[in-house]
Amino acid sequence: MFFYNLRLARMSLMKQPGLTALMVAAIGIGVGACMTIVTYVYALSSDPIPDKSEELFAVRLDSWNPDEPYWDNKPEEAPEQLTHRDAMALLESTIPTRHAAMRKAVYTVVPDSEDVAPFLNIARMTGRDFFEMFQVPFLYGGSWDESADANAESVVVLGRETNEKLFGDTNSVGETVLLGTERFTVVGVIDAWQPAVLFYDMNNGETNPVEDIFVPFTISDRREIAGAGNTNCWKDEQIDTYWDLLQSECVIVQFWAELETPQQKAEYQAWLDNYTEGQKALGRFERPTNNRLSTVTEWMKVNDVASNEVLVVMWVGFLFLAACLVNTIGLILARFIAKAPVIGLRRALGASKGAIFRQHLLEVALVGVVGGALGLVLSRLGVMGVRRMLSDADRLTGMNLDLLFMTFGIAVLSAILAGLYPTWRVCQMAPAGYLKTQ
Amino acid sequence: MLDMQDISRVYRTDLVETHALRGLNLSVDAGEFVAVTGPSGSGKTTFLNIAGLLESATDGRYLLDGVDVNTLNDNQRSRIRNEKIGFIFQSFNLIPDLNIFDNVDVPLRYRGFGGKERRQRIEKALEQVGLAARMKHLPSQLSGGQQQRAAIARALAGNPGFLLADEPTGNLDSLMARQVMDLLEEINANGTTIVMVTHDPELARRAHRNVQLLDGQLASPDLFARPAAADDVDLQPVA
Repeated sequence: MFFYNLRLARMSLMKQPGLTALMVAAIGIGVGACMTIVTYVYALSSDPIPDKSEELFAVRLDSWNPDEPYWDNKPEEAPEQLTHRDAMALLESTIPTRHAAMRKAVYTVVPDSEDVAPFLNIARMTGRDFFEMFQVPFLYGGSWDESADANAESVVVLGRETNEKLFGDTNSVGETVLLGTERFTVVGVIDAWQPAVLFYDMNNGETNPVEDIFVPFTISDRREIAGAGNTNCWKDEQIDTYWDLLQSECVIVQFWAELETPQQKAEYQAWLDNYTEGQKALGRFERPTNNRLSTVTEWMKVNDVASNEVLVVMWVGFLFLAACLVNTIGLILARFIAKAPVIGLRRALGASKGAIFRQHLLEVALVGVVGGALGLVLSRLGVMGVRRMLSDADRLTGMNLDLLFMTFGIAVLSAILAGLYPTWRVCQMAPAGYLKTQ
Repeated sequence: MLDMQDISRVYRTDLVETHALRGLNLSVDAGEFVAVTGPSGSGKTTFLNIAGLLESATDGRYLLDGVDVNTLNDNQRSRIRNEKIGFIFQSFNLIPDLNIFDNVDVPLRYRGFGGKERRQRIEKALEQVGLAARMKHLPSQLSGGQQQRAAIARALAGNPGFLLADEPTGNLDSLMARQVMDLLEEINANGTTIVMVTHDPELARRAHRNVQLLDGQLASPDLFARPAAADDVDLQPVA
């Protein structure tokens, strides 16, 4: 009976292609708009590194102003970055499996080839642990070694795009590249890698692209690179030189630690607390001790990655879908009422209300499937539109399999919901009333 | 076969109460061919709808094959319509988008027969009405008489014991009307009980019995002898 009903549904939909197109369009547009927003919210709120997100911790110490908290709306939270000297002190700890201090910077890349003009590129100054800690895939080579961190050696890991620009599609490990005025030796080229959220540095833009140049964190001291990220200060200090900045209470460094077990975490937390107690004795850390270790997902929540505003927009998307469904209900009702004589005839010939209900519900489900396909295309276009409108959202990867099924599910469910009332109505029709009018 | 006692049917609106049937008593025996006549508004169609379980009586008792239909739920009534009753309508009521084969197939689908049995029944019914060669035609490609014969095939395919015909020749010219009547007589001769509503006294005379309705009541429970002349009419398949 299913295939019989499917055939009837197909015939019925083909009979009035205009009305069918309107129903499909109403469902497709509603689902497309809704799923565009859902895709965006999903990309922002999903775990960017699910294998390790519970073992990676954003480390924060509350060295901020004793008279007011760092966050106006979250006074219980510590600042999102560390001072340079605290970061350097934390790097001394041997408790974490891996850890990395990091800052954003900008480099001028000067290609050896005269055919390629120099260009500015965002860089990240960090430690060698960064790559393994965050599961960064390498196309060629790998991270630099410990001595490069310790001695601030001029080594660089390039992103794939920069590597292609400078060296074509070849393995550039061992080649040199001029960054600013200094030559760096390429030790690795990372493959395509773009977490949905730039979770390791949300302070400088959670939807920014991954940097294309990575150099040792210690380079910043040797080269006195001020960095290109946010610098937040609270203390009235004289900062005239780079070294003044490094000794100041300005928070400028992001810090991450990999702690694989709860015991390791507890031990590290105690270590941090001891450290801040020591600093308090030196007159720093005047606020109550508030050292924070936040997992990736906790850190995203602190940073309001999927903020209330975005969630409100998502609900607006669902409301738009509901409005489309109301229109669809009207269209389906009109269509089914026009079919009343045939429905009456089928009832007279022995179809139960249940049989009529199933037949027509399958018809609206078929509209849902076609509407879902249209919604999928429209949401794909929608995501592309969002990428264009929000230049920093290039890396929204679009739909995964879950969202694809969700789109179809929502479309079919929407169509069935829209079709429930009209279907129920036609089942209530007294068959006798239509048999004379056929 | 059919036993109606004190059947009433009242249609109510906020302003008006219309009594379509008023205490109708009628029995039809198995194998009978009964014609129901009467002027417009006399309750013929309401009687047929109640007899065919398309409507329920407001009051009274209706036994069909000994079953009190008032006690049946919607599903049970649908099943009885499907298995025991065949309908023939004045305007044929074929589904325009389905070919003749698929139209005859409709009640068999709801009966739950398998594909092979449905095909056998459809082909047999269409052969019986002389339309075997036209089973792939759409209704719009057939004449009125052919369409009515297709509708008769649809009614017959499920082997119902009881055929209800509402003005079956009302939309046909006299030649086609005669052919359809011949077919109904042949079906009746094979044992199917037929109740036919008609305006036409000539057609009514060809039934075993003619009952007349007036104002929702039985006006004349007269019995007509089946005219001998009717047997002389041959079935003429229409090409």
